[in-house]
Amino acid sequence: MKKSVAIIGGGIAGCAIARVLSKYDLDIHLIEKEADVGWGATKANTSIIHPGHEEDAAIHPLRAKFCVEGNRIWRKWAEEMDIPVSWPGELMIALDDGGMETLEHYLKLGEKNGVEGLEIMGREEIKKLEPNVNENAIAALWAPAAGLIEPWEACIALAENAADNGAKMHLNTEVKGIAVGDGKLRGLETNRGFMKVDVAINAAGLFADEISGMAGIDDFKICPRKGQYYLFSDDAMPKVKRIVHMTPTEKTKGVYAVTTVEGNLMLGPTAEDLDFDEKEERSTTEEGLDYIWENARKFLASLPPRNKVSKMFAGLRPEPPDGKYIIRAYESPWGFVNVAGIRSPGLTAAPSIAEYVAKLMEEKLDLRMAEKEGWNPFRKGMKRFSRLSDSEKQHLINRNPQYGNVVCMCKEVTEGEVVEAIERIRKLGAGITMDSIKFRTLAMFGECQGSFCRSRIASIISREAGIPLWQVSLKGDGTEYGIGDIKVLQRREKDEG
Amino acid sequence: MKAESSSKMKSRTYDMAVIGGGAAGLAGAVKAAELGMDVVVLESGERIGGIPMQCIHPGFGNFYYGENLTGPEFSERLIEKVKLTGIKCYTHAHVEGIRHVSDTENMVSVVMPAGITQIRAKTILYAAGARERHAYEIGITGDRVSGVYTAGEAQTLMDIYGIMPGKSVVIIGSGDIGLIMARRFALEGADVKAVVEMLPYPGGLQRNVVQCLEDFGIPLLTSHMVTRIVGKKRVERVILAEVDESFRAIKNSEKEIDCDTVALAAGLVPNIGKLREADIDIDSSTKGPVVNEYMETSLPGIFVAGNALAINDYVDYAAEQGEQAAIGAHLFIEGNMPSDWKPIRKGENIRLVFPHHISGGRDVKIYARVKKPVRDAVVEFPEIDKRVRKRAVMPGEMIIVNLKKQETAGIDELTLRCADGN
Repeated sequence: MKKSVAIIGGGIAGCAIARVLSKYDLDIHLIEKEADVGWGATKANTSIIHPGHEEDAAIHPLRAKFCVEGNRIWRKWAEEMDIPVSWPGELMIALDDGGMETLEHYLKLGEKNGVEGLEIMGREEIKKLEPNVNENAIAALWAPAAGLIEPWEACIALAENAADNGAKMHLNTEVKGIAVGDGKLRGLETNRGFMKVDVAINAAGLFADEISGMAGIDDFKICPRKGQYYLFSDDAMPKVKRIVHMTPTEKTKGVYAVTTVEGNLMLGPTAEDLDFDEKEERSTTEEGLDYIWENARKFLASLPPRNKVSKMFAGLRPEPPDGKYIIRAYESPWGFVNVAGIRSPGLTAAPSIAEYVAKLMEEKLDLRMAEKEGWNPFRKGMKRFSRLSDSEKQHLINRNPQYGNVVCMCKEVTEGEVVEAIERIRKLGAGITMDSIKFRTLAMFGECQGSFCRSRIASIISREAGIPLWQVSLKGDGTEYGIGDIKVLQRREKDEG
Repeated sequence: MKAESSSKMKSRTYDMAVIGGGAAGLAGAVKAAELGMDVVVLESGERIGGIPMQCIHPGFGNFYYGENLTGPEFSERLIEKVKLTGIKCYTHAHVEGIRHVSDTENMVSVVMPAGITQIRAKTILYAAGARERHAYEIGITGDRVSGVYTAGEAQTLMDIYGIMPGKSVVIIGSGDIGLIMARRFALEGADVKAVVEMLPYPGGLQRNVVQCLEDFGIPLLTSHMVTRIVGKKRVERVILAEVDESFRAIKNSEKEIDCDTVALAAGLVPNIGKLREADIDIDSSTKGPVVNEYMETSLPGIFVAGNALAINDYVDYAAEQGEQAAIGAHLFIEGNMPSDWKPIRKGENIRLVFPHHISGGRDVKIYARVKKPVRDAVVEFPEIDKRVRKRAVMPGEMIIVNLKKQETAGIDELTLRCADGN
């Protein structure tokens, strides 16, 4: 009998693990409580693939190793799974002598970690690489290996590829308890019933401490650390050519300025430690946003006007005790594996963490990790109508006229793409929500933030999913577009009144 | 359309391609057709008629038709004329780009369910309307939850799809759209908790303040702003604060209003993305193109009208501007467009004024807005001793000044100012 493995958590770590484990002759189950993958810590991320010069291997050996390796693996994975990435390189800016010392510190760390191409440069050279850098910059550490990726896109790609290779997806599924007997893992209690599994890998992000506690391992707590961001509209100028940030502090790598893979200037994050019970607190605040603005002005020459902001958002990163990753297979209960506290550089590290987990399973759990035949490393991304040539566009429309119906004007997203996204969402077993369409098509991501197209997209969902328009949700239960049909509501009121 | 007809379209040169099938575009298209021009209308939505089609309240057409109509009635009249004149209209026609090839040739790239195509036209009337400002660009912080709509989106839901967005509502912005949506929600049984306005006075027409708020007992909170939206999944409440003279929140003035819906009527921005790409001159006060009296932009032969030109108070103005653009396009094609333009400048207390250039060769209508409200105001062009007295002027109500041909003959430039009449 094949061993069955449940991965709890459909974030970047869980999805990477699912993808790597789908190579082997195992019965893989990915369990996610939200309607879609990547909606936890993954979604609100600075989206950087770090080179690895900011990790001190003496203090955080795992973080340093996974970061450097992850940076390398992502290059291959992005190609295999058609994930949009860019490699603009990163400038760590020093504004004073203290900053200068910091640069040298990180140069040494980086060299120790085997990060290639690091170089400290003066103002003139910085200007050549990044015109939008502040006049006060005295020097910078240049790390050419730094890249950018859309984290949610990466997460969806990994999940789709894992599913193509036989991994079973369980969205809207929440683990409520873990059954243990005779020192061994027996299975998972979920809101959808009991699931008998041999191995459970806890990649539950912010909630990894709670899941671990269910297995009887309660020696750590995960602290939610809030990060707020500004995202600007497509035409907001000036942008940055490189990933730019200031010398980091102990707590955080500081405020970054990046031009995302989709071409939008993004500033952030903050680093605000919340209470342990504030794991749903994702509000933006004036103070937090002002902090970002003030800090970005310190290292950038100029910022776009604030009315060019297309979105302010915030996410929570899972912060483990002392910032240390908790990646362990336990003797008791046998079959339980923690992949917890995957804080920065978690996005970068995810592929390497996944490969490490596969090794753990072989070495610590004595699982026979036989590679199965016909594993397919490739996955095709969504068609992006706006990026096609005229002849490709015409070809697509000839095949399906829905690709000639532009529904989101800002991002030029067609009905065909929305329908394709719905098919992909169905294949994953995810919820057909406006957000899951948004992250797959970029519809509603543009200048108008959906004021024109939200009703059009909701209509397509309503038609394809066969649910009333008002029941179409933004991001799952409780976030419906409306409260009902106007006249039905009024009749009901009259009857009751 | 399949390859055959699309190639036919390519070889054809239209006199005017109209981008946007709303009031400005349709009025322009009809006028152009009446002048004998060969016109095509490109509408991105599923039908022509524009935003008035979802505005079921009256108040449309008082100037243009001399009758008080509802939005759909106003649009239907234009649609009827479009049908009678046999103007070709494409719906679901998304304009990807505009290329100004030469002063007599423009190429419009269009995506339609029938295929992609290039439309060649001697002139363009760009009438793509406006977009609504959203919560992020006006700096509202807090939770990103459901129950937040722009006013127009809420109106679409209610009056196109018949869906109720929510039952207890806070409206942000007291411009006409905010006021009308407050009444619209109240009429469908929602509890409209407040209309919140940053300015010390309502942004919309006095008529609407009375008919939409006072008649329904809806509170108007002036000199207030919503600073945060709070909720777990859906809006649960908003936090608002009083603002000082520079519109900053006053500390410790915060209060909360429980609600499940926020409708944003925080202003409109001309929707000119495709024109911006074509590199035309933009007026930073209207946020639309700089135009002459025929609504021609800085690119010869490219005209603009309606809310894509500047945010108008009445759809009637949009339709008038569309007609002026059609008259201009006709002159342009005939080679009779004037070449000597005199600037209209902004003087005291004038926030915006357009058209930005006039010829001095004909009667012309000037549209303007003041910066600050004035009682017993004098609106004047000092250079020509033209003076109009107004009982009151408000930023929310456009000032219209009709200039006669003889008044503007021989001038070099004009300055519009608005002063206290006392």
